Amino acid sequence: MGALNALIAVCLSYVALLFLVAFFAERSAMRGRGGWLRSPIVYTLSLSIYCTAWTFYGAVGYAARSGLEYLTIYIGPSLVMVGWWWILRKLVRIGRSQRITSVADLISSRFGKSNLLAVCVTILAVISATPYIALQLQSVTLSFAVFAEAGGGGQSLYTGESTALWVAMGLSLFTVVFGTRNLDANERHHGVVMAIAVEAVVKLFALLAVGAFVVWGISGGVSETLSRIDASQLGQWQVNGGRWAGLIMLSAAAFLCLPRMFQVLVVENDDEGHLRTASWAFPLYVMLMSLFVVPIAVMGLDLLPEGSNPDLFVLTVPLSQGQQGLAMLSFLGGFSSATSMVIVAAIALSTMVSNHIVMPIFLRVTGGGASVSGDVRHVVLLSRRVSITGVVMLGYIYYRLTGGGEALASIGLVSFAGVAQVLPAMLGGIFWRGATRLGALAGLSVGFVIWLYALFLPSFGPGFILSEAALLNGPFGIDWLQPQALFGIAGLDPLVHALLWSMMLNSVAFFTVSVMTFPSPLERLQGAQFVNVFQHSGGPRSWSGGVAQSEDLMIMAQRILGAAEARALFQREATRQGVRGDLPEPSPDFLESLERELSGSVGGATAHAMVGQIVGGMSVSVEDLMAVADETAQMMEYSNRLEAQSREVTRTARQLREANSKLTRLSVQKDAFLSQISHELRTPMTSIRAFSEILRDSDGLSGDELNKYASIIHDEALRLTRLLDDLLDLSVLENGQVNLNLRHGQLGDLLDRSVAAAAASDDGRALRLTRDAATEALSLHTDLDRLSQVFINLIANARKYCDADQPTLDIRVTDHGDLLWVDFVDNGSGISTDAQDVIFEKFARIGEPRVGGAGLGLAISRQIMQRLGGEITYLRGESGAAFRVSLPRPAMAAQ
Amino acid sequence: MAKKVLLIEDEPNIIEAISFILSRDGWQVDTHSNGHDAADVVRKKGPDVLILDVMLPGRSGYDILRDLRSGGGTETLPILMLTARGQGKDREMAEKYGANRFMTKPFANSEVLEAVRNLVGV
Repeated sequence: MGALNALIAVCLSYVALLFLVAFFAERSAMRGRGGWLRSPIVYTLSLSIYCTAWTFYGAVGYAARSGLEYLTIYIGPSLVMVGWWWILRKLVRIGRSQRITSVADLISSRFGKSNLLAVCVTILAVISATPYIALQLQSVTLSFAVFAEAGGGGQSLYTGESTALWVAMGLSLFTVVFGTRNLDANERHHGVVMAIAVEAVVKLFALLAVGAFVVWGISGGVSETLSRIDASQLGQWQVNGGRWAGLIMLSAAAFLCLPRMFQVLVVENDDEGHLRTASWAFPLYVMLMSLFVVPIAVMGLDLLPEGSNPDLFVLTVPLSQGQQGLAMLSFLGGFSSATSMVIVAAIALSTMVSNHIVMPIFLRVTGGGASVSGDVRHVVLLSRRVSITGVVMLGYIYYRLTGGGEALASIGLVSFAGVAQVLPAMLGGIFWRGATRLGALAGLSVGFVIWLYALFLPSFGPGFILSEAALLNGPFGIDWLQPQALFGIAGLDPLVHALLWSMMLNSVAFFTVSVMTFPSPLERLQGAQFVNVFQHSGGPRSWSGGVAQSEDLMIMAQRILGAAEARALFQREATRQGVRGDLPEPSPDFLESLERELSGSVGGATAHAMVGQIVGGMSVSVEDLMAVADETAQMMEYSNRLEAQSREVTRTARQLREANSKLTRLSVQKDAFLSQISHELRTPMTSIRAFSEILRDSDGLSGDELNKYASIIHDEALRLTRLLDDLLDLSVLENGQVNLNLRHGQLGDLLDRSVAAAAASDDGRALRLTRDAATEALSLHTDLDRLSQVFINLIANARKYCDADQPTLDIRVTDHGDLLWVDFVDNGSGISTDAQDVIFEKFARIGEPRVGGAGLGLAISRQIMQRLGGEITYLRGESGAAFRVSLPRPAMAAQ
Repeated sequence: MAKKVLLIEDEPNIIEAISFILSRDGWQVDTHSNGHDAADVVRKKGPDVLILDVMLPGRSGYDILRDLRSGGGTETLPILMLTARGQGKDREMAEKYGANRFMTKPFANSEVLEAVRNLVGV
């Protein structure tokens, strides 16, 4: 009892130590001082969970039963580490860039985020892992039992069942505490990793200690040991080539596909560069682990009584030599192996179960959408914790049900073969863009069914689901369906047989269905992301760059936020972190706040992608791309709107400028006009005033003088009146307020009246007119008075300004059908070319100023003709002054 | 001997009125109604006072004024300018180019007479 009590005390202390290690590691990681946690050695040691209790105890048993074959399970992973490091690197890069949380997530993400695939892989993984977890519990229980027996009498509280239950509960607790601190599965579990690294050291040290004791303590040296080995039955074991190759392949596949290996290899990886160290350090580690396996096995077979369990030689050999301390150490080594495997497997499996089975069901039951419940985070954590406990308990239940009768190694190999079914889909997914979801589904299903049927179920022995008859003769007597001789191929080792068929048909189904089906767009994109992950995620860069990263972040932030604001943000953070200088550590908190800050400027998705690009060497997921595209589209639209607005503003400005210059022009015109009016009004007023003063003040004026001066006053008063009439007329015409009085009339009559009216005026000289009455015989429908006003003005102008000796005015009428021309051409010297341009302007009076008229006549005529729908123009090319009045058809009477 | 006044103006009625007023006061009045050769006429006739309209056919009164002030013996000739436009800037132009007096039409006869007398210091 004493030994057992001591054992329990040591065990509990050891567990307490692990808790402490995990706790401190977690705490320093939280404080951002986890640099030492990210060492490649820690990474390599964490990979040692590959060496479980099966390896620790079972390898010796395996050697005792099957000779050197145990080496295959070490050679496989070593080959992967050394020869396939590029596959690992690709897996790690993909895992990092796609935020992969598990094997199931990897397969599902690659094949268009198919949850069905994820569920399949999860179920496969749980089924394969459950016996394996049971195996660990069994090994701990067995080793306890050994101590209990050695302590005298096995009838204690510590029966096998209760030991297993206690261990299962303890492991669940540890895993829940350290495995579900963070929600994001991609957040590394520094505490757990550190604890298993410590355990890796303990189990290696323990095994080496036992081995050294055996070789040098019992056997008496290396040469003696070698001769003992030669003498033993182990030396005679024949190497089965097929089985060796199969096992090496199997362990290599399992190394890649086991959920717990994926967890430490990919998910917990901090730096791709660690793989370089691990590629030599891990093979070295397993080599050391396997170094003393044969000596211990040989010695056990030699020393211990016939029928002793070779799986426990590591423990029983030292005990048989009275080495309690060494046995205790050995026990701790085995304990470490078992616990580290269970812990990591539970984390990995619970992530898969929770993410792909529990959460989808929960979300569907609660009506979908994370928005439904505000506390989904809480639900996720709870579901993870329940899943962890569930997985461990499933192992315990399996252990209870099977009674732990199987040899350790064979359970392990069955498990391996199960998870290896993921391999075709995994490798195909990361190297072949043509792989499709349906192909992966087909391959997985075929492989899984064959494994289940040909290996897993038979491993329980006859009577468990498969009857003995079915095992021997095939179900329902169908011969070629014999589980261990499928398609009539018998005589193979059952493991190799199942492996061969399952992997072959799995691969064939995967390939064939992939070729026959077409990937969805999402699959295509994801496929490109996975297969070309190195192109997408940029060159290899360290993920723990520290200051270098901060500098990149700073440069990027400056571009987006502006130099001053970015600097302020970084300095604030540096001060908060207590770092000297203005470049803070890129801690998760800081990155998050930086991302928030940036997303204000460039949108959330873009900010995430940009920060990710720098910090993670992370490539952008499809959703990220879509979101970025959305944001870009929005920004484009916004910028298009801005551009349109800017064009609008430019146009308005141009219009304003034009309007302004027009106003300026108008203002100048107005000034000139006012000045002209002033002149035209003041001139007659001057005469009127001067002569009225003369009449008033001067004595002795003759009667002639009186008459003359009174006439001048009278004429000038009339001139003023005419001017005012013209101005008012023009104003009315220009403002369009004129009412046309449309009437029917003859053009000839109208010209007659106009000639008469023009002749009635006193101004000007006698004017001879030439007309053609025949052409004037046209009826009109227009405002006859206004048209007459135009004619009168033209005739009067000829009277006033024609400078010929015998002034003659030729009036010609031309009928163009849709247009009527009335030309007025005199025989004077005409109007100069310069003046022709301005004669229709107001006050553009030309020629002899002595004759009356204020220079408004032609301006008024032009306005009238516009109102009548026609025009008045100066006719070039005539010798004298020549004007043309054009009238459109509507102004002429219907024929 | 009577003082000579030269009147350059294009409105016949105004010429008649001013001639009447000045003649009655004992001035010898010459008139000219074209802007083209007005400056030459002034220099040829050599009046004691010049009355110059602004709006003339052929050449503006300001142009003629500038011409006269630029040389040819008319630099100090007393000049009275008349205009019917009556805007502030016309007065400024007249002063700038060297007119001695500036009057806006219509004017009181007595004003013109007074101005002409003052210009020759009678």
